[in-house]
Amino acid sequence: MSGWFSALATALDPLCGQVGIFTLLGGDGLVSCGAGGWGDEIAFGVKVTITLAVATLPFGLLLGFLIALAAQSEDKLLRAAVGVYTTIFRGLPELLTLFIVYYGLQLLLQSILGWMGVEQRIEINAFLAGMIALAVVFSSYASEVLLSAFRAIPRGQYEAGDALGLHRSRTMILLILPQLIRIALPGLGNLWMILLKDTAYVSIIGLSDIVRQTSVAARVSKEAFFFYFLACLLYLVLAILSSFGLSFIERWSRRGEARR
Amino acid sequence: MSYVRELIAARPAPPAPRKPLTPARVLALVILGLWVALALAMLAMVVTGWDEAKFLRYGPRYLSGLWTTVSLVGQAVILGAILSLPLAFARMSTNRVIGGIAYSYVYVFRGTPLLAQLFLIYYGLGSFRPQLEAVGLWWFFREAWYCGLLSLTLNTAAYQAEILRGAIESVPRGQHEGAAALGLPKSVAFRKIILPQALIVALRPYGNEIILLIKGSAVVAIVTVYDLMGETRYAFSRTFDYQTYLWAAIFYLAIVETLRHIWAWLEARLTRHLKR
Repeated sequence: MSGWFSALATALDPLCGQVGIFTLLGGDGLVSCGAGGWGDEIAFGVKVTITLAVATLPFGLLLGFLIALAAQSEDKLLRAAVGVYTTIFRGLPELLTLFIVYYGLQLLLQSILGWMGVEQRIEINAFLAGMIALAVVFSSYASEVLLSAFRAIPRGQYEAGDALGLHRSRTMILLILPQLIRIALPGLGNLWMILLKDTAYVSIIGLSDIVRQTSVAARVSKEAFFFYFLACLLYLVLAILSSFGLSFIERWSRRGEARR
Repeated sequence: MSYVRELIAARPAPPAPRKPLTPARVLALVILGLWVALALAMLAMVVTGWDEAKFLRYGPRYLSGLWTTVSLVGQAVILGAILSLPLAFARMSTNRVIGGIAYSYVYVFRGTPLLAQLFLIYYGLGSFRPQLEAVGLWWFFREAWYCGLLSLTLNTAAYQAEILRGAIESVPRGQHEGAAALGLPKSVAFRKIILPQALIVALRPYGNEIILLIKGSAVVAIVTVYDLMGETRYAFSRTFDYQTYLWAAIFYLAIVETLRHIWAWLEARLTRHLKR
């Protein structure tokens, strides 16, 4: 079953499958999918980019939601505490955040291990470091989007939940969240696009994403313009596909509203 | 008839109720504690790892990197603003072809990462050396600094064009009609009536765009421009001292926060006639 499924997935792979773009157009040239061309390497890079963005999204959303909750708390100290977080991570360049996370985590783990008496050089996974850095940046922006969405929900909704005798967590899940998602969706869609573009930075710490793979191809084949153009094109296709997906989700989220 | 002869003496206010230790307060204390611990750890790192020689050696380089970043972003913002004007008009044009070209320009530059654009310009166009030498543009594409400036300018022009277009379209129709009714030529109406109102709407997005550009400008370090990030990477590659990144973070935060406060002040100042 799984063999059959993976065979189907390979055949339907839009880049290097049986009817993939690189297979059809690449021929025996630079982007063919065999050992001679760079098609399969670049297809792998596309997969890494998508995987990284998709893997980051839930963590970023969850963290952003929690921060937005804290930022509208009545407690002044709590607001200040998360204010520091959003100020820092919205003010730092994503590239710097990535370096700080990548080298900082290594340093931290190393010093913890050294403290426990283990002397060992540690290299943390670039994917993990990229995921953490991107999730942190995403969450600090998402918290602002969600916060303004929270403010757009009238108090009466919470009071209605109280009047119905719902627990506060039930009110949040049943009444507030569905409206929140609908209001925040355009902003979150923009953040998704930014996240997709920001994944390009992980190529610098050595993760084989689109930019890294095309860079390698460009350096080896000396066809820099072609390969970087291809990289831009791939990101553009991802952006177009996401905007289709986002408009679909947006329509779906508004299905309960009256048509105008 | 009886009446009160004496007022009741003022009594002290009731004691303020003690604030209970709510879960939110506990969480706040934990997070703040974490921040303080982190700040102390950084301080300890700086104090214990203090090295006069390193400071003297890399301090001036950081300052020159800071200046490179500021001048790069400043020039990119100004050139981008100039380029965004025709783009915004093309985007609003009723001519399908012109509108389509402007739309695709904006879409391409907003839909691809700045890093890929930079690589395309620096390495991609740089690979056409003979052709560029033939047309006498090689001096431009040879320098990483110019390539960085070009890619930042093209990138910010796309974003600024959208900001400008949104702002101009947000000015109500009646303002155009009012200007026409006064017999003002279109150019005067635009300069004196539409643009001032549009720029107030655009002020906040412009501030955000400049901050995004400052953050985005860090990528030019990858193509060997010694901006703040470039100097940081240089210092780190020489010393393997984690502090280098912390100093860069402090510098970037200082720039962004300063700009944010200046912008907030500017906005409050420029919109004071709109306050009710």
